[in-house]
Amino acid sequence: MGLFILRRLGVMILTALCLTFIVFFLTNLYPNLEKLAKSQGNNRMSDEQVASWLDRNGHLDPLLVKYGRWVGVLPGWTNTAEDGTMTGRCISPGMAPEDAPRFCGVIQGKWGYSTVFKEGAGEIVNRRLALTGKLMLWVMILMVPSALILGVLAGMREGSRTDRTLSTFSIASTATPEYVSGVIFIAVFASSAVGLKWFKGTATSAMDNATFENFFLPVLTIALYGMGYIARMTRASMTEVMTAQYIRTARLKGVSFPNIVMKHALRNALIAPFTVIMLQFPWLLNGVVIVESLFNYKGFGWTLVAAAGNNDIDLLLACSVVAVFVVLVTQLISDIGYVFLNPRIRIA
Amino acid sequence: MEPLSWGEIIVRILWQFTPVWISLIAVFALSITYKRRLGLYGKLFDSTIGMIGFALVMFWVFTGFYAAFDLIATHDPLAQASGMKNKVPGTFWDGAEDGQYAYYLLGGDNLARDVFSRMVKGATRVLMIAPLATIFAFMVGVTLGLPAGYFTGTAVQRGTVQYLLWALSAIAVLFVLITGGLASAITLAVVLALINFILTVTTLDTMLSFLSNLVLAFPVILLFYLLVTPEIVQTGIPSYMAVVLFVFPVVFFAVLFNSRFHTQPTKQRTYVGATIVIGVFLYACVISTPGTVIDFMPRSIDLVPMEPNLLVVFVSVVFVNSPTVFRIVRGLVLDIRTRDYVAAGQTRGESPWYIMLWEILPNARGPLIVDFCLRIGYTTILLGTLGFFGLGVSPESPDWGSTINEGRKLLSIFPHPALPPALALMSLVLGLNLLADGLREESLRD
Repeated sequence: MGLFILRRLGVMILTALCLTFIVFFLTNLYPNLEKLAKSQGNNRMSDEQVASWLDRNGHLDPLLVKYGRWVGVLPGWTNTAEDGTMTGRCISPGMAPEDAPRFCGVIQGKWGYSTVFKEGAGEIVNRRLALTGKLMLWVMILMVPSALILGVLAGMREGSRTDRTLSTFSIASTATPEYVSGVIFIAVFASSAVGLKWFKGTATSAMDNATFENFFLPVLTIALYGMGYIARMTRASMTEVMTAQYIRTARLKGVSFPNIVMKHALRNALIAPFTVIMLQFPWLLNGVVIVESLFNYKGFGWTLVAAAGNNDIDLLLACSVVAVFVVLVTQLISDIGYVFLNPRIRIA
Repeated sequence: MEPLSWGEIIVRILWQFTPVWISLIAVFALSITYKRRLGLYGKLFDSTIGMIGFALVMFWVFTGFYAAFDLIATHDPLAQASGMKNKVPGTFWDGAEDGQYAYYLLGGDNLARDVFSRMVKGATRVLMIAPLATIFAFMVGVTLGLPAGYFTGTAVQRGTVQYLLWALSAIAVLFVLITGGLASAITLAVVLALINFILTVTTLDTMLSFLSNLVLAFPVILLFYLLVTPEIVQTGIPSYMAVVLFVFPVVFFAVLFNSRFHTQPTKQRTYVGATIVIGVFLYACVISTPGTVIDFMPRSIDLVPMEPNLLVVFVSVVFVNSPTVFRIVRGLVLDIRTRDYVAAGQTRGESPWYIMLWEILPNARGPLIVDFCLRIGYTTILLGTLGFFGLGVSPESPDWGSTINEGRKLLSIFPHPALPPALALMSLVLGLNLLADGLREESLRD
């Protein structure tokens, strides 16, 4: 088990390095840097001015060196201007060059500076992640139990009318992406022109003060798309368990049907959905980005879109590290959890 | 003139779809009559869910088809009519001339264009891009997944091929040393040595699985933003990706015929030759796109004059989908290669590619067909996502994602422009999912 986790961790770190390098490469392509120089300096810079600005700010060094600096394994660049003032990657404004640390990368906790929000990228991502965490918490609270109930009810008696109805519902919910269900919900429940006016069409106010009225629609929108998939997996696993020998034995010795489902079938049937729920996180991330843009909830997904749209390189890198980290960690947990929950593998 | 009532709107919309209804009835009548002779397709008509799914899918297929010939749409999807901005469904258009349709059946959007026509025209766009992109993703996934699942040894065996690779790498490094300089030559040497080393110690499977996991761990939206932004398009990265990804269909068909007619040299030469000539020509047509870095085909013989944006969207969708297909195919091959008929093929002395393409692949078709249906739906969702973030084909284009994106800005005041494309997208994806479900059920039955 220990060796297994160790090997998985090794692969995970390698994957994370590869992925962040790819993002780093794509965000540091010359046209992007040119745009950055023009937005930071001024819009009418000539090509030579752009090149000299980039050179002064350490953007023209070899890619691997820049990546090493960003990670924090290579010392940051420094530059001495003609009048003797020193600037550098690790020298923040107002700091004496002598006091500046040599290394300042992700390892040292320095995430860079957002050129659009005029703030450290790390702080922005922290704050926004907390908001998204709140959203995700409620999504999980709504999605997981209802998906499991749907799946168990449908898989209990395969082919029954309940099964058909619930399965069709799960299919319909997987067929409705967030931007479709969100639009429909807003039109039906929140439109000021027609409709029911039960909820609010934006969740901006939910960032400070989440109420049922302003927070339910975004939560429901994300939960609905993921729900169908988990429910179908649960159903598949439940139907498989219900045909197992030990269930037949239990029935033959006269255990009541609710008892069979609750005590004998459920525990074994929930192993597979656990991994599925964990692997749903990357997809939820997708949903979060869509829903936060649609409902104007300024969380992590909204930040990612803003950073990508505004060519905010450091912030985009920070966002992608978080996103990649979430995906890899959930994959790891799902693998370990699968081994841990399944006695056949754990004991063997 | 009075605006139409909801009843009249519905009747008029149903009337606009007349050619679709006729075709649908014809298809269903023919299929149900001959369903016993039609194999798996015929069996679909035994399951209600499958029939509903098939009807929904065919509805949009026919709509897309007829809309391409201007049969269903009432107006030009790009034409703006004065006075029709954000008008509610069923509004009378007083600027209509003779022969023009006098109503906006589903209202006007914020640029005073007809919502109904845009939705119908959008079907053409979506149903052209989504299945094609899925087919390409399947070609890539199958071509890579088959060998990954089948070959167990290291990717490059010790011997001639290994020495050849080292020799090629040495030549490349020398070339860079002469033209580029010492620093880049050393970098290249290290990278190539590493690649050669990895190729000799790991299996093809380990390597490709790692790569596919890499793509799968990438948040889709981030990937889209990184690939589709104008700055990246300017550097030509999507075009280079197209160069790599679109080779796979040509390779697939060439290998397919090559292994099939191994014992009949004349046929082998004709088929493989024809595939390579036609394939390479089409390949050149597709990758050469005006306005990007790769643009070498003269306009007159370029059969597929793609818009640069369309190519980028296409490439990113194929790129995102192919790793999943790869994993499915690999899993299926790992299962099927232990069967007796594969062992029989090996004993007969069939070549590995013959066994993979003509023994294993046909026996994996069931799950692959089901996944194909699901994947078209998923691709449709992805295309919509791209449109939703304004990264789609073009802002003017009537495809559903872009229309939803435009409509959402005024959603709480004027919900009608965003709803029809949203419902259309949902019904198409739902149809594909139901169809896949029906197919799975019917194929499991026998």
